[in-house]
Formats: sequence, C-alpha cells, structure tokens
Amino acid sequence: MTRDDVRNAVIGILTDIAPDEDFDGLKDEEKLRDQFDLDSMDFLDIVMELRKRYNIEVPESDYENLVTMTSCIDYLQPLLKNQQMAS
Amino acid sequence: MVDQKNPDWRIVITGVGLTSPNGNNLVEFRENLLQGKSGIEKINIRYMGDVLAGVCNFDEFKYQKKKERRRGTRAGSVGIYCAHEAIADSGIDLESTDKSRIGIYCGVTEHGNVETENEVFNISQYDYDVKYWSHHHNPRTVANNPAGEISLNLKITGPHYSIGAACAAGNLGVIQGCQMLRLKEVDMALAGGISESIHTFGIFASFKSQGALAWHEDPEKASRPFDLGRNGIVCSEGGCLYTLERLSDAQKRGAKIYGEIVGYGVNSDAVDFVLPQPKGQTDCLKMALEKAGLEAEDIDIVNTHATSTPQGDIQECVAIRNVFGGKKNVWVNNTKSYIGHAMGAAGALELAGNLPAFDDKIVHPTINIDELDPECALDNLVVNQPKPVDQVNYILNNSFGMLGINSALIVKRFEI
Repeated sequence: MTRDDVRNAVIGILTDIAPDEDFDGLKDEEKLRDQFDLDSMDFLDIVMELRKRYNIEVPESDYENLVTMTSCIDYLQPLLKNQQMAS
Repeated sequence: MVDQKNPDWRIVITGVGLTSPNGNNLVEFRENLLQGKSGIEKINIRYMGDVLAGVCNFDEFKYQKKKERRRGTRAGSVGIYCAHEAIADSGIDLESTDKSRIGIYCGVTEHGNVETENEVFNISQYDYDVKYWSHHHNPRTVANNPAGEISLNLKITGPHYSIGAACAAGNLGVIQGCQMLRLKEVDMALAGGISESIHTFGIFASFKSQGALAWHEDPEKASRPFDLGRNGIVCSEGGCLYTLERLSDAQKRGAKIYGEIVGYGVNSDAVDFVLPQPKGQTDCLKMALEKAGLEAEDIDIVNTHATSTPQGDIQECVAIRNVFGGKKNVWVNNTKSYIGHAMGAAGALELAGNLPAFDDKIVHPTINIDELDPECALDNLVVNQPKPVDQVNYILNNSFGMLGINSALIVKRFEI
C-alpha cells in the first residue's frame, strides 16, 4: 500500500469507531486524542480492526506508534506492504 | 410506626417515558390500545429463520450519539430513550437537580444474551480464536448495563442497578424505586423495565423447544391471551421508565401526577422452574390489596400478565377468580395481546397503557379473542372493544415470571 492507502485505511477504521467525528480536517502530525474524542477503548478498537481487516497484530509495546496519523502510517506501511485496502 | 398519610411516604408517578412495538410515547401507545392496533411483525433471526416479534422503532439517536450507541447495547439505548422522555415529561430541570440524589432502577428479565450470542457469532468467523473477542463485551454484559448506560448518558451519579425478576421485572423496578424513595436513599427515581430480548435467538429457541413460542399466519393475531386457539408467547422488546417522587417533593414543584403507588405484593411460588401456581399468585394479589388497605372490589382494572400460553393463562384466571370472582365492577384486560411479551419491560409498559384510564375512564380490552377459552372466561374480561366506565380509581397490574416470582402493583388515581 502507498502512504495514502494506509492513511485511507486508518481513516476508514476511525470513521467506523467514531462515527460522529469529521475526519476531513485531521492533522497528521498532531495526536489523534487531542483532535478527536478517542479513549483507550477506542484505541483497542483500532488494534482489533487492524487484526480483523488486515491480519496485523499490534503488540501492546507498539501502541505508542498509533498516537498520530503520521506515526500510524510510518508503523503500518511496512506491515501492509502486500495488502489491498479492505472494502 | 409508619404514617401512611405522610406526604414523604406517599410515592407518585410524575413522568412516563416509553417505547413499545406500537408506540413511542404514552399518547401514541394509549391511542393504539384503544384502537386495537397490534405491534407484532415477522422478523428473520440467526438460526431461527422467521419468527414473530414486537419490534420498537424509536429514534435511537434522539438522545444518543452514534459512537455511544456503537459502544453500548440495545437495552442501554432503550433505557436512555425512556429516561430522557420520562424526565422531559415530568418537567424536571435535570441540570438544576442534584444528580447524586437520583436513582436508576431498571427491571430486566435477562441481560447479556444478545451481546454474548453476537460475540460467539463474531469469533466463529475467525475459527473461534478468542483474540477476536471484543474488549467491549464485559461492560456490555454486566447486569447493570442498561441502568449504567442511562447513568453515563445523563451524568447521574446516584445509585443505578438492574433488578432481575424474570417477567415480573418491570413491576419490581417500580417497586424498588418506590422503596428507595421511602427510605430517602434518593429524591427521584427513574424506575421501570427494559427489554432487548428479541435480539437474542436463544430465547426464541428455548421457548420453541419448550413448545411455548407462538405462531400465526397473521403476526398481529399471534399473541392471543385467553383465546382457545392461543399457542404461545410472542417475544418483544421495549422499555418504560417512570419518574417517581415523594408526594411532598412533587407538590413543591407543582408536578403533574399520573397516579400514586398505594400497594404492591411480591412473593415466590417455590414450586417449579417454569409452571406458574395459582396459590402463589393469589397470595401475591391479596398481599398487594392488604398493603394498599383495599378490598378486592375497590379495584377498577386488573391488568393481567397472561402471555398467551395454553397453561399459564388458565392458572392466572384461577388466581383472579380466587380474589376478584363475583366482584361486579372489577374489569380485567391484557396488553400482551397487542404488543407481545416485552419481558423486563412488560409490567411497566402494561401499567402505563392503563394509567390514562384515570382521566379518560376507558378500560382498554384484550384483543385477538375469536373464541374465548371457557377456562379463561372471567366475569368482567373486556374483550376486543374498549369499555367506558364511570370512574377508574385503582389499577392493579400483575406480572409473574419464571422461577415462580410474582408481583402485583396497585396505582391510585391521584387526589390530594
């Protein structure tokens, strides 16, 4: 996947987890939790959706990589390199 | 020694919030009861295929955000809707109320089946690998979930919990609220019952295995208590929560008062897992009358529990004859004939459907009787058509449940 693909994949997950939020204005460098109403259970949802949709395991020690969109893309792109975006 | 006339002891209903298969507020619900309109339809569910059920269509997002609904349960959603509606109806300004003095008492028949079935189905898609089991499961399935979601949504910091009393739970929720107000544990109670049970296939399957699940070509005719052709229960979802207050507080703020809770009975048959017992039910009705300081002939409307099972309806009729037999002006009706069996919400909803009778003086009937079972031919059963009467002063509401739990609640037309 390209960086844009990964970004769209993460946005897709966030949109399902936080359906009241508008992610159009998401700032990639800022912490997701500072921009949107996301708590620790939501982040576990992100981990679960990555597992279900892309068969990726994110160990607890790697959770800090999901803090910003940029860090998500940096972390996930190598793990998603052979995959298509989930429909 | 309790002073029964003390306004601090007297508990009144000041608001009603409800969702039923045939109405999402009391006015709509009552109108449909008087018009004979059922709310039962055919639905298709996992493993069972087509079944008949009462489905609610209230707006889930009237008081909840989408994320809140996603994280929570259908029962929580029903509860939140009913709580908001009851508070709005009561005229209470929640933001200037001490929320630590509000209690939430929700009767439920069961809770957790829906979510557990969904999770087992979910992981079945992943070869039953439990790493796919949701981290949301535990907060969804704890028994206090429906009451807890109301607490979270409305930021109510008083006590909240479920009262598990099978199909008597709706009455028991109200009784619990009444008791907590009398004890001055709280100053306002959101009390009643909630059900999401149609979203579990297990309840349908178990009733079917028991030979107790109704079927009829016309869904609206399937729930037919007291009719000779009845063949079982129609499961429904729904909710009804009341705002209950001490009379002294209700009068201080000039509240509208729907009625006063003047008596109740709760007991157990202690005989059988599922078969109801006329003796236990009879004792329960007498207990309620005694608590209220009433004689049987004082009651104007007895709303029956009757779920449309061949045996259960008969047993209740024995109990009703034991207590009310020969009392000419005690009218008998049933709400499950319209909305099916709303499980934990049943008692609370069925009482609500009768409360407007204090003002409009009409006894709504039990519908779907084509041929009355002779064993259920109670003297004053109101059949198919509403009955205008001169006055309604007392309503007695029966709810009985599995494991032999019995309840009866008596509400009086309010006068100072």
